[in-house]
Amino acid sequence: MPWSSSPTFQVGTLVALRLLVGWHFLYEGLAKLLNPYWTSAGYLAESQWWFQGLFLAIAATPTAVTIVDYLNMWGQTLIGLGLMLGLFTRWATVAGVVLLALYYIVAPPFAGYTYGMPAEGSYLIVNKVLIELAALLVLLAYPTGRTFGLDRFFARAGASASEPLAPAVAGGVRHD
Amino acid sequence: MTDDIREPETEWLGMTRRSLLKALVSVPVFGVFFVSFLKKKAADDYRRRALLAELGVTEGGPAVIENAVSRPPSKRIRLGIIGFGGEGESLVRHAGFAHPEWIKEARKAHDEDPRDKELETYLGQDDLNVALTAVCDVFDIRAERGVAASQVAARPGGGSANPPAKRFRRYTELLASGEVDAVIIATPDHWHSRMTIDAASRGIPVYCEKCMTRTEAEANAMYNAVKGSKIVFQLGHQNRQSESHQKAREVVAANILGPITLVESTTNRNSPWGAWVWDIHPQGNPQTIDWEHFQEPAAKRVPFNLERFFRWRCWLDYGTGLSGDLLSHEYDGVNMILGLGIPKSVVASGGVYFFKDGRDAPDVFQAVYEYPDRALTFVYSATLANGNNRGLVFMGHDASLRVSGALSVAAEQESTRFAQKIEDGIIDPSRPMFTYRPGSKGIDAVTSATAEYFASRGLLYTYRGGRRVSAYHLHIAEWLDAIRNGGDTSCNIERGFEEAITCHMATRSYVEGRRVTWDPALRRIV
Repeated sequence: MPWSSSPTFQVGTLVALRLLVGWHFLYEGLAKLLNPYWTSAGYLAESQWWFQGLFLAIAATPTAVTIVDYLNMWGQTLIGLGLMLGLFTRWATVAGVVLLALYYIVAPPFAGYTYGMPAEGSYLIVNKVLIELAALLVLLAYPTGRTFGLDRFFARAGASASEPLAPAVAGGVRHD
Repeated sequence: MTDDIREPETEWLGMTRRSLLKALVSVPVFGVFFVSFLKKKAADDYRRRALLAELGVTEGGPAVIENAVSRPPSKRIRLGIIGFGGEGESLVRHAGFAHPEWIKEARKAHDEDPRDKELETYLGQDDLNVALTAVCDVFDIRAERGVAASQVAARPGGGSANPPAKRFRRYTELLASGEVDAVIIATPDHWHSRMTIDAASRGIPVYCEKCMTRTEAEANAMYNAVKGSKIVFQLGHQNRQSESHQKAREVVAANILGPITLVESTTNRNSPWGAWVWDIHPQGNPQTIDWEHFQEPAAKRVPFNLERFFRWRCWLDYGTGLSGDLLSHEYDGVNMILGLGIPKSVVASGGVYFFKDGRDAPDVFQAVYEYPDRALTFVYSATLANGNNRGLVFMGHDASLRVSGALSVAAEQESTRFAQKIEDGIIDPSRPMFTYRPGSKGIDAVTSATAEYFASRGLLYTYRGGRRVSAYHLHIAEWLDAIRNGGDTSCNIERGFEEAITCHMATRSYVEGRRVTWDPALRRIV
């Protein structure tokens, strides 16, 4: 068996992926929480695709912007904490997917759409938001929180509780 | 292999040690995150504190908003409007009387684009407790529009609808009618002085559109009349109410820029409308327009002419072109921030280079003003055939201040004052030291590229306590408040005189093709 198929390596990379995405979320959230001048209004105002009307209406309504700002700041922070610590991992992953999908919908890099916002790379349909979203889907399919995370405490309290790990890992247990 | 004898695992929180370690595997990473985060935050905070302490400017909105009106409008004021063209209609709307058709269109615009908040801003205006009782216009259709606006049902602040205003064909009749307590003058410039002088002689307060007058002589006469009568006078430079201008004044007062040697202000427009090629009303004809009355105080009399009537800014007989239309605003903004007063001299140039439609007012125009006492030059540069927005920049030895809807300050690489801070890496001259976006919660001293971008886009509205309001509305409210409760207006006759003379110096220089100067002793352009 090549080393890259070893259960240790597979689980290790999954946990590492979870930590990296969690780190990113947590810092994005905290940076916003600690910057009193941050607001989502500018980003929303760039909206061009689905639900454009809704996003623009939010951007133009101070109360709605305040609510969206809070949801973003705390959403990102809590998702980040969840992913990093492996706490309520499943909920954090699902919430992360939803949030990233919203970011993508507001400003998808489609041909013909141009944005005034500064971007640090070149994108066509696929951007880093979409890739991070896909990474979270992988983490949803192969969760690691109950084995390598605080969820383990809850898992113990519940039934027999070792979570279905990555198939190769699970397979590894079965076949090797 | 080794023997199978294992120590019995100690249980901890119901887990084996091995299990526990697995559960806590991410904690060290979390620790690294936290340490790095605190380090970065400490560095940012230090930079921010050091910067703001050094700059001596407050983080929040303008500390002092001059003449902010907080007193309830006690006495009802009967308002008259002379000149119900585009600007007159806008002023009356900001006083609380939108034309019903405008309301319909604003509602449609909002339905099509939810970002369009014109109607909401109008309806959110304070009820100024005024009634529009008199309308005067030489064009029947516009006079009727004014009457329709006076009785509009949709009033801001839940105000009730009023009875229709009376229409007057002569402004003198309007002033003599006893139907108005105060008057807004929004006619072409060649009428401003005569109307204001007549209103002043009756003790009727005046809100007059810019440019204050068409000529120097008119400016002198108007100044003396207003001073002599002590009426409350407001010139229509609504930028006086803009939050970013107020904040800019704070930045300059804190001497963040160091010695300012050059101020550059600009106008770039690139549309026929922006070049005063305004719509000719299909019902405009010698029967509906009192042409002779319109051109009565004009320098030159000509036969009935629709273009001259509807696009009057294109001719120096009725106004002063770019000078009185847009330089006047730019100058007043700079005058508000720096308190410049009348310049020592000016050289102006330009020409009719793009809109060769028979006009004599230049569509490209530059004026260079010297203020030797202040050791600075003020440059105005405009074209009506290019839309490259160049903004307004104050250039100091230590920093540059850029004012648009928003405000941004960037340090100079060779600054004396900031040399140490630049060396210490606290200030990066390639990025703004701070930006200030009106309506946001304050100065942003750790500006990201995105924040910088959004700030630079500026905003159409000004803000009071985070609420979006029109600067026009505030400017009118300030005038009405001074009428009711005394006190001064922010663009009073002194500021108006400075504005008029400064603009007329440039016009004279352009027309006569020479450098002109101001004689402060004789109070004359020479």
